[in-house]
Amino acid sequence: MKTRRIAFLGLCTALAMVLSYAESFISFGVPGLKVGLPNIAILFLLYNMGPVSALSVSLVRCVLVSLLFGSVMSLAYSIAGALISLAVMVLLKKTDKFSPVAVSVAGGITHNAGQIIVAVAVTGTEQIAYYMPVLCVGGTVAGMIIGIAGAVLLKKVKIKL
Amino acid sequence: MDKKRFRYDAALIAVCLLISLSLWGLITLTKKPGEYAVVTVNGKEWGRYSLSEDREVEIETKTGKNILIIKDGYADMIEADCPDGLCERQRKISKTGESIVCLPHKVTVTVEGKGEGSVDLVGAIMKKA
Repeated sequence: MKTRRIAFLGLCTALAMVLSYAESFISFGVPGLKVGLPNIAILFLLYNMGPVSALSVSLVRCVLVSLLFGSVMSLAYSIAGALISLAVMVLLKKTDKFSPVAVSVAGGITHNAGQIIVAVAVTGTEQIAYYMPVLCVGGTVAGMIIGIAGAVLLKKVKIKL
Repeated sequence: MDKKRFRYDAALIAVCLLISLSLWGLITLTKKPGEYAVVTVNGKEWGRYSLSEDREVEIETKTGKNILIIKDGYADMIEADCPDGLCERQRKISKTGESIVCLPHKVTVTVEGKGEGSVDLVGAIMKKA
């Protein structure tokens, strides 16, 4: 049982990493605005295996992706975004009032907010916060797309561990 | 049950969009045409250039090089040797408070108005929060 779980989490980590890489080819000209493809894997884990699994896969993904394709700075941004968004998603899921789509929307927006806060702290430029409205709208739309994809996945793919 | 859930979802998304729209409104309302392009490196002011004078500025830092161009009242980052090159793709700026950010080099270019600094509402809000 335990081995299956470890193997499955490894698989999800790999999936999230591939999705992060694929995502780096999609750009909208606004820094930080991303579709959040890896969040499909995180959302799936959150609903199937609970917050601890989702958190560990998310953190491992951040570290590995930053080491492979980014820098130490990008690690700070992605970890901040990942932690905040996961915390909000876990809380919203716990209320049991929202569907995965809404949970994912909240995750998308707070992910951006986390990155903005770190960017303001690192560069000491509050003006970066001017991006927040764009990132909010972007995060909402992206979160809906990811949420719908995740909801379909959750319905179709049943795992037994 | 599902209907109820949908209502909560819609409310959450509506609130999110409302917040971003009001932020947007707040920012556009406080925007004014700027006077200077202020370059900062690592959070400290590095140079200040008038937007009414066309010129090219090379920003050499320890981490790399960026080329900023000022033309027709706009400032635009046209070249950078950072790996992601996101700043090159950012829009040219002309209004108070607008900025171009190059995160890998910790270089920012911000448009400022005459005299006192711009009214930075968002910054003020962020600081309080």
